[in-house]
Amino acid sequence: MIEPYLDSFEAFSANGGASAPSSVRSLRLSAITRFETLGFPTTRNEDWHFTSVAPIAEGRFAPLVHAGGRVAPAQLVPFRFGDTDWTTLVFANGRFDAALSDASSLPAGVRVFPLARAYVELPQLIERHLGTIATFDAHTFTALNTAFISDGAVVHIASGVELPRPIHLIFASDDAAKDGVAQPRNLIVLDANAKATVIESYVGLDDGRYFTNAVTEASLGDGATLTHLKLQRESLRAYHVGTLDVRQGRDSHLFSFSFASGASLSRTNIYTELRGTGGGATLNGLYLGGDQQHIDHQTRIEHVEPNCYSRELYKGILDGASHGVFNGKVYVHPEAQKTDGKQTNNTLLLSEKAQIDTKPQLEIFADDVKCTHGATVGRLDDTSLFYMKSRGINARSARELLTYAFAADVLETIELAEVREGLEAVTLRRYASA
Amino acid sequence: MLEILGLRATVSDKEILKGIDLAVKPGEVHAVMGPNGSGKSTLAQVLAGHPAYVITAGTVTYEGQDLLAMDPEIRAQNGIFLAFQYPVEIPGVSNAYFLRAAYNEIRKARGEEEVDPMSFADLMDEKMKLVEMDESMLTRSVNTGFSGGEKKRNEILQMAVLEPKLAILDETDSGLDIDALRIVANGVNSLRSPEKATIVVTHYQRLLDYIVPDYVHVLAGGRIVRSGGKELAVELESRGYDWLLEEAVA
Repeated sequence: MIEPYLDSFEAFSANGGASAPSSVRSLRLSAITRFETLGFPTTRNEDWHFTSVAPIAEGRFAPLVHAGGRVAPAQLVPFRFGDTDWTTLVFANGRFDAALSDASSLPAGVRVFPLARAYVELPQLIERHLGTIATFDAHTFTALNTAFISDGAVVHIASGVELPRPIHLIFASDDAAKDGVAQPRNLIVLDANAKATVIESYVGLDDGRYFTNAVTEASLGDGATLTHLKLQRESLRAYHVGTLDVRQGRDSHLFSFSFASGASLSRTNIYTELRGTGGGATLNGLYLGGDQQHIDHQTRIEHVEPNCYSRELYKGILDGASHGVFNGKVYVHPEAQKTDGKQTNNTLLLSEKAQIDTKPQLEIFADDVKCTHGATVGRLDDTSLFYMKSRGINARSARELLTYAFAADVLETIELAEVREGLEAVTLRRYASA
Repeated sequence: MLEILGLRATVSDKEILKGIDLAVKPGEVHAVMGPNGSGKSTLAQVLAGHPAYVITAGTVTYEGQDLLAMDPEIRAQNGIFLAFQYPVEIPGVSNAYFLRAAYNEIRKARGEEEVDPMSFADLMDEKMKLVEMDESMLTRSVNTGFSGGEKKRNEILQMAVLEPKLAILDETDSGLDIDALRIVANGVNSLRSPEKATIVVTHYQRLLDYIVPDYVHVLAGGRIVRSGGKELAVELESRGYDWLLEEAVA
């Protein structure tokens, strides 16, 4: 049902969204038109074959337009990775919360603003980039997000600047978000040779039912390096669609990690286009499902230019009657000779009812490339269990330790120690009783 | 300490062990030799409790108890250790964590207190020297990306830490160069004591130059076809296994 969105768009563009620059307003208009044409995808759509969005399409979520000031600092403590001095922007129930945020003492050349302020401070950056990377011709949820652009974070790192500390964007939902939809829109621009780490945490503070439809677009200039960590820990009754759309220049490097353990139904899209030679992208992820959870990841790496690499490792642990989906596309354009690509998806099933649909796809139109892909689905390895037991470790601990190890193997690829250790602890608590 | 009587075992309905009798007393070193496919590795795995093997007949008594009734972890907690022919890689679990978990489980089973990471690190320092292993091996995932020699040394390190009463070495010499062989053998020899016993399963006599056995048994076709002293190993080295197999058939 798209009508409620079309109706609320009228009200939104007249009131809450009226203060945006004209470029943003016209972008929204074309997006709502596109959304109206596309409608919500059905499972006949190849990109949504294993994921029915019916609970979202028929869910009747009201736009969250009022400032949510009800989140207390203490509620965010479990999601902050310790007492860090990171630049942190908090969005409570879809709205920027200045009281919970801290973007002071930024080094020269680094600008971090909520969207409304970026309209004023960085008008040219907004006009030049917003909506140009996350295109919505074929993406309903990106069209929907674009139509309702009103809040989010804008990060700009000037040429040659290396950001010493990460930027943490926290999107928190509590009971004020009940039956509502938040559509954060973020923009990250790294000029040539800039370097930054951005963490996006989507967290549920209670067990509410709400819908998050987030889009982040990132532009990496020549020689730039972006580490992007997306942590989806929404309420177990929530719905989450999150898209990262990246465009990479020459010799630029992207490290992306997607951690997904929350939401009743979630879909994460990680897309990057390698538009210059000599760069590369590493897309890793870990999904942990239980009960009736549905966790879908779609990745797409476009090799447009020669001599680029891509590495992908997605792992999942599925328990209960949870359903995982991994759809990874590597698309090598005819000019992209010497592409070096490797894609792996491994899923561990802990119960009879858990299931995974995995679809690694290589589409190669160049003739001098090295690309491999593989997927495994399995249960705990009997030989490894025996090995551990033969050292005196009891059966239950051996199973728990092996389950944890399966996940730790990919968590190890996160360089930022606070996040790596934080997620290791979360995973250990989830799978190990001792 | 260990008494095996009429032991028969199958894997995937194929009989591998066809009636093994063997007695091991504290302080003894027994070598079990034999050609490929004779069942010597199966014997080692069966003693450790590998679930792939089905015991169809016979008994194994360990310190007066029915060994075959024990789960693999109970056997380990009671002092049995198998050094694997093919040590298993466990990505995501550091060697130090794994060793400490095993060490503490075994201590717990003996009614002793668990040790904290600091005291365990001191113990490791001492044991690492024994097998000439570098400290960096502790932070790496168990056996992951280790060379063949490193894996075997890691097995002996585990053995040194867990201090088993009955150690079973399954082809620990295979794939080792002479230096690694010497290190591994030194590690094993330094752990010998009048209370402990060792079963060395090997294809070649080479390892027995370093770990000198009290008894040598030749396994062929799932049976022990000849037992003798250490001189039997030397004879096998010069004459091979064929003459024994022919005698066994005749």
